[in-house]
Amino acid sequence: MQYWSPGSIEEAVGLLSETGATTRALAGGTDLLAQIRIGGQAPERVIDLKRIPELGRIDVDAQGFRIGAAVCSAEIGEHEELRAAWPGVVEAAELIGSTQIQGRASLGGNLCNASPAADSVPALIAAGATCTLAGPDGRREVRVEDVVLGPGQTSLALGEIVVDFRLPRPQYRTGDAYLRLIPRSEMDIAVVGAGVCLSLDRDGHCTACRVALGAVAPRPILVAGAGEALVGHAVEGDALAALSAAASAATDPIDDMRGTRDYRIRVAGVMARRAAVIAAERAASRV
Amino acid sequence: MSEEAKFRWIGTRVVRPDGVDKVTGRATYGADFALPDMLWGRVLRSPHAHARILSVDTSRALAHDGVEAVITSQDLPDIPSEEAFVGEQPTNFRELSHNVMARGKVLYHGHALAAVAATTPEIAASALDLIEVDYEVLPHVLDMPAAMAASAPSLHRDLEPAGFAAGATVPPNVSRRIELGHGEPDQGFAAADVVVEREFTTKPVHQGYIEPHACLVQANPDDDITIWSSSQGHFMVRAYTAKLLGIELSKVRAIPAEIGGGFGGKTTVYLEPLAAQLSRISGRPVKMVMSREEVFRATGPALGTRIRVKMGCKQDGRLTGAEAVLHYEAGAFPGSPVQAGAMTMFAPYELEHVRVTGYDVLVNKPKTAAYRAPGAPMGAFAVETVIDELAEKLEIDPIELRLRNAARKGTQAPFGPRYREIGCVETLEALRSHPHYTAPLGPNQGRGVALGFWFNAGMQSSAGLNVNEDGSVSVISGNPDIGGSRASLALMAAEEMGIDYEKVGAWIADTASIGFSDITGGSRVTFATGMAVVEAARDVKRQLCERAAAIWEVEPERVKWVEGEARLEGEPDREPLGLVDLAQRAARTGGPISGRASLTARGVGMAFGAHICDVEVDPETGRVEVIRYTAVQDAGRAIHPSYVEGQMQGGAAQGIGWALNEEYVYDEDGKMCNPSFLDYRMPVASDLPMIDTVIVEVPNPRHPYGVRGVGEVPIVPPIPAVVNAVHAATGVRYFDLPLSPPRVLAGIEAAADRGA
Repeated sequence: MQYWSPGSIEEAVGLLSETGATTRALAGGTDLLAQIRIGGQAPERVIDLKRIPELGRIDVDAQGFRIGAAVCSAEIGEHEELRAAWPGVVEAAELIGSTQIQGRASLGGNLCNASPAADSVPALIAAGATCTLAGPDGRREVRVEDVVLGPGQTSLALGEIVVDFRLPRPQYRTGDAYLRLIPRSEMDIAVVGAGVCLSLDRDGHCTACRVALGAVAPRPILVAGAGEALVGHAVEGDALAALSAAASAATDPIDDMRGTRDYRIRVAGVMARRAAVIAAERAASRV
Repeated sequence: MSEEAKFRWIGTRVVRPDGVDKVTGRATYGADFALPDMLWGRVLRSPHAHARILSVDTSRALAHDGVEAVITSQDLPDIPSEEAFVGEQPTNFRELSHNVMARGKVLYHGHALAAVAATTPEIAASALDLIEVDYEVLPHVLDMPAAMAASAPSLHRDLEPAGFAAGATVPPNVSRRIELGHGEPDQGFAAADVVVEREFTTKPVHQGYIEPHACLVQANPDDDITIWSSSQGHFMVRAYTAKLLGIELSKVRAIPAEIGGGFGGKTTVYLEPLAAQLSRISGRPVKMVMSREEVFRATGPALGTRIRVKMGCKQDGRLTGAEAVLHYEAGAFPGSPVQAGAMTMFAPYELEHVRVTGYDVLVNKPKTAAYRAPGAPMGAFAVETVIDELAEKLEIDPIELRLRNAARKGTQAPFGPRYREIGCVETLEALRSHPHYTAPLGPNQGRGVALGFWFNAGMQSSAGLNVNEDGSVSVISGNPDIGGSRASLALMAAEEMGIDYEKVGAWIADTASIGFSDITGGSRVTFATGMAVVEAARDVKRQLCERAAAIWEVEPERVKWVEGEARLEGEPDREPLGLVDLAQRAARTGGPISGRASLTARGVGMAFGAHICDVEVDPETGRVEVIRYTAVQDAGRAIHPSYVEGQMQGGAAQGIGWALNEEYVYDEDGKMCNPSFLDYRMPVASDLPMIDTVIVEVPNPRHPYGVRGVGEVPIVPPIPAVVNAVHAATGVRYFDLPLSPPRVLAGIEAAADRGA
């Protein structure tokens, strides 16, 4: 196996564009190295993206936040401004793995590993995050929900990498939240994950709401109907029940050792509703 | 003078002899050994749950660069059937041989059928792919109803079921029927005001030791074999390796490594005979280390069970009768702990009428191994859940109901004898008076209690006690230390000798350096090997008095050993002779001073534990969180209280995991789906509250310091304590483990549907 450690995006894209050898991009490696170790992957070349400066920084400007794709979860969690603006995204990133894993795991890796159960992805989708891709044909910006196509599959073209994620400064009275259900209290994989981002008007009525679910379909899904069910209503009672029902109805989960199909359908609605309540509390506390 | 005040060292919390090595990472475990020219061994494992091996072609693997040896069952002797008893579960050497290396058929997914030794681990792994095996895949059975169906495929055609009446119809794959008890349960049920009958199932669970099996073996040209490995008994490793290779025990020396957990799972061998044979063939040392996946797929988990329990009770809370039928899943070879399960499940109670019937059933899964109180936690789950239901129906406090029926001195145990001094009542009373039992609970919270029993094995132990040249003392034993036993043995030696604990070293000797010692298991080491240490110390004290008498030129009977020195009776002005004096003068008084003892320990102290568990159940997700937990146990006497408490906390943690999330999940082809700690969900530290402990001390009068075994009892009560707590929180009775969120939620919803 060859290990490459490019120092620039151009170099990385060049290496990843070459055909002929099975090549995998490495960010934190918390999925890839585990897969190699158990024999699930045997790439001939590994391209480590962590040494590329642009991928390793969080930048803040008037427009909002730029989170490098290889920034580790621990750094995301320590970024006070990001934490205050997008608590749902940050709490999702902080749920990945153990304390040790937090020092390696990245948003870019979590997205490109393309697991249906990735924790940070529903939170990013709910928050309306976009990501910058760089490839042989230059750069393009895509919505996070358009990246994962199915288990282990992404819409990235040959040679493309995720450079960063973009989040705006949160709008007036907007809050986000992420919740997941795992049987244990940590170091586990989501049986159901739910990210919600919503905005409130002065009276506490919901003006916009995005609900995204993980681990309940072949890929993380944005459930438009669940968000719409809340718009125009206070975050309570029937409106929340409608959000919950729409979330459950949108799922198409599998039965596996982590949870049954029926269970996931049921609990998807519960997690979405609870995340909406937390997001609403956060939104209401913002001026 | 209080009993405790008699002791200077017993009951103190000294630093364990192996503590610094372990916290600094210097302790050497099974995989830490290496020798020059060492090869790496790997095992080829079956991809089928049941298949005939038509042919194995190892020629391509052997021809591979770097491969030095390849073996199959053809390279091991085909040994005759011979029963061996290892302490907790019976083993047959022929079956052990076939488990270590499949012969003729593979019986479970992961079953070893060939092994290679190569110059690097990578070459060994790639050589496995070059071994060509031709299988005839056979139908397999994964659960007991399927295994016992009339049309079921047989795992072993030569199975001779034991315990059945002549002419009885025996279902397929049943190796043994057992029955025990006394009285006529039907009479008891007729006299009852309330009868509860329930059926329970539990899944196989793994012991989950952190250290995978590992060994290094060197066979010399004269066939002397040296083994470095971690196990629960290096004499067991020596015997099993020698037996499976067909050589004399005297040719094998087994050296114990530190052990990173065993819990019963390291009371047998998997790798040592293979590494030894690879080493004999290659002429080089061979090291083998299992991956976690191999540990899950191929080493003994604890068994799955199906248990039917029926109990009757009078309105006044007196139990009138009890009956149970146990089906215990042995795995691919006979030998589940069904006997132990049958013996222990009703053991805490005084019962005039009690009967248990049990069956040992074969399925196409790994051969099960002992796991802490083998067979007992499942039986306790069934019985203690039924007791909880009886208490609910009779509106009697669940601890009170247990106290009204608690076993006492003179109670006839279901397995025959009458109890001598036991602490069942004292344990329950300590549980009832603990503030936890009356603490308030919040919404969606519930409290459960349960009682449990386990034996204390005696068996054979050896110990040596050497007085060193400087007057310090070395205690040598032959039992791997899995729970702090070196500290306990050193404390007993210090107490007996009347010297400082700091002057005592505690060491575990290899099979060539001390007399035979049975395995570390059955909660027996502090009890039985402790007895041997005390006896060896008394041997040394006698010699010390003789040496002092020789120096003083008096009759030895006049010299007494008091507070760590020899004193001459009747002459208080005579300067006493301490250990240092006598050690320094040993050369002139008869040579080195050393004591030894080899014994079969009698007078075991059976023990009881009772636990309180509080849970909070999320009614919308079925997720259970243990929020408070208290374990009470009769330890006889706690030699080192911290390690007694550690046993109690560890047993509770394992039992909670077993109750809530641990299970082997199989696909249709008989392949385990979750062979990693990610999806085999043992609790992590943050899943558990602080587990509070209360040590009750009802001394065992047949041990010099009153010890009862403590290592296994604490895993017996947790499952029913958790399940009863979940019932209290939800109103739902659960009869099938584990109580994973989907199962708990399904129960809550089914109950809601019934209510609506």
